[in-house]
Amino acid sequence: MNSEPLLLATPSGDALKLRPEGPWTAANVTTLETLSRSVGAEVDRSRVVTLDMSGVSALDTLGAWVLEKLSRRAASSGRSAEFVGVADHFSGLLDEVRQVNRHTPAPAAAPNPVLLRLGDLGKSTLGAREDITIFLQMLGALFMSIVGALRRPRTLRLTSLVYQLYRIGWQAIPIIVLITFLIGAIIAQQGFFHFRRFGAESYTVDMVGILVLRELGVLIVAIMVAGRSGSAYTAELGSMKMREEIDALSTMGLDPVDVLILPRVAALVIALPILAFVGSIAALYGGGLVAQFYGDMGPAIYVARLHEAISVTHFEVGILKAPFMALVIGIVACSEGLRVKGSAESLGRQTTTSVVKSIFLVIVLDGLFAIFFASIGM
Amino acid sequence: MDEQQEEFAIRVRDLVVGFGRQTVLDHLSLDVRRGEILGLVGASGGGKSVLMRTIIGLIPRWSGAIEVMERPIGGRTQGAATTWGILFQQGALFSSLTVRQNVQFPLRENLVLSQELMDEIAIAKLEMVGLRAQDADKYPAELSGGMTKRVALARALALDPPILFLDEPTSGLDPIAAGDFDALIRTLQRTLGLTVFMVTHDLASLTTVCDRVAALADGKIVAIGPMRELLQSEHPWVRAYFHGKRSQMLQHEMR
Repeated sequence: MNSEPLLLATPSGDALKLRPEGPWTAANVTTLETLSRSVGAEVDRSRVVTLDMSGVSALDTLGAWVLEKLSRRAASSGRSAEFVGVADHFSGLLDEVRQVNRHTPAPAAAPNPVLLRLGDLGKSTLGAREDITIFLQMLGALFMSIVGALRRPRTLRLTSLVYQLYRIGWQAIPIIVLITFLIGAIIAQQGFFHFRRFGAESYTVDMVGILVLRELGVLIVAIMVAGRSGSAYTAELGSMKMREEIDALSTMGLDPVDVLILPRVAALVIALPILAFVGSIAALYGGGLVAQFYGDMGPAIYVARLHEAISVTHFEVGILKAPFMALVIGIVACSEGLRVKGSAESLGRQTTTSVVKSIFLVIVLDGLFAIFFASIGM
Repeated sequence: MDEQQEEFAIRVRDLVVGFGRQTVLDHLSLDVRRGEILGLVGASGGGKSVLMRTIIGLIPRWSGAIEVMERPIGGRTQGAATTWGILFQQGALFSSLTVRQNVQFPLRENLVLSQELMDEIAIAKLEMVGLRAQDADKYPAELSGGMTKRVALARALALDPPILFLDEPTSGLDPIAAGDFDALIRTLQRTLGLTVFMVTHDLASLTTVCDRVAALADGKIVAIGPMRELLQSEHPWVRAYFHGKRSQMLQHEMR
């Protein structure tokens, strides 16, 4: 028995006899392609092509298709081709293969790349408008839900709220403390290193204090929370949407905003200021350690300098921003979660969008607050 | 080739499978003949899918032997895609690939062939399972339940495997689509000479397409044979399964 497929071509006048032999199966596809290509020219030259199938030991769809393709090539433009000596157990498969690939649709014309880019740009511009609408809708729905909860406090999902607080607040503390501690330490080290040149080392404490309390503490924490909890919200709500859990809630007469979104967003709004406070303290602590070991400034002096440099205003400016950032993160995360469609890919895409968008908006919001506080002189 | 030797496509001997302390399959033995369609019935959670997944190597076994096409199965099986095709219950199509790419995936990963031939084979497979070439560029999320099953079947058959495993192929399909799908499996089994191992609850499929039916109860095969013989079986679970109210009604209709 042949272990390699063969294709014997016997030309006689303008007739051609092709005799495939051996196993014409997918496992030998490379050989099959070479074989069928090698007889292509002869097939084109001949008027009558006969395919003698009696030598084929094994045949599968792929092998049958390669032969069928040869016979179609031979039968084009008024010439003829036929299969002879087809074994009984192959005839069904050959008949089946003769039916396929008859109506291949014309491939869609490749679109103009410039137009394609322009189209994408237009779509994303329109998409931005939709994003704003969705954001405002979610804000409105949340507001209505809060009003409802205030009117009937028992409808507030307290268990869910506490659980979310535990997850995104309490469980986040270690990583937030670690990151802000390091950031505080790095800023202090940079301050000492560069201010030392003009003998202004003691102002490092002013820089660390003001920077951490006004900007960095809350910003870093908000970005961390957007990455850690915002993405979790999107993924959770997205998979609930995929598994029709949200539809099930609605049919039971419950508003998904009340049940799922309000506790999550409220937990963020409560937790983020606390986390920002904890983070800021950790950053100041990190700065203090660097002051002692790198800047030769004892804890007593560090605290005294800090006392002079910062005021409650700085702390207020930072901490006031936190609930608003939390609101933005929560709304973006939840609305992106609800936009998840059926596929796993869409879940991933929406989660990415959620994180990217909420970090972007947090930074934009921070900028707006900086302008606002500067103009009212805080 | 020796016909006698080639008789069985799958041989399972004394198979024991369990999770933790729970034994799901208890010294189970089963033979699947070449070229037959074997239906496997059993209670929900009774180990039907476990048996199938153990044969294809997704679940480790505690003891016993499994032979597929004369080759013992153990660990991660080499060349699995060329030995069997599997139709998962939910289709398990790769959602980031189009229908065409899904069908081409096993070809692309296992063979070296030109893109042109790969495209033609993919379309050929899709047409064989009753889809149109126009559907090839859709994504799985855009398909209906019946189409998803057909695409999954086309993907399972991409490499012309001798054995086809079907996990509840007609679940979630309306009776017309289910009937069409049964007919399709029958046709493909005849044209491609497949051995089909089908886990199903669909009494209509069992009666119309299965050559033999195996009943799995208490971790063992308690009855196996053509549908007619199973209906005569005295085993209490088999009796309850085929002579319950729902089954009676269906069989009455069929007579």
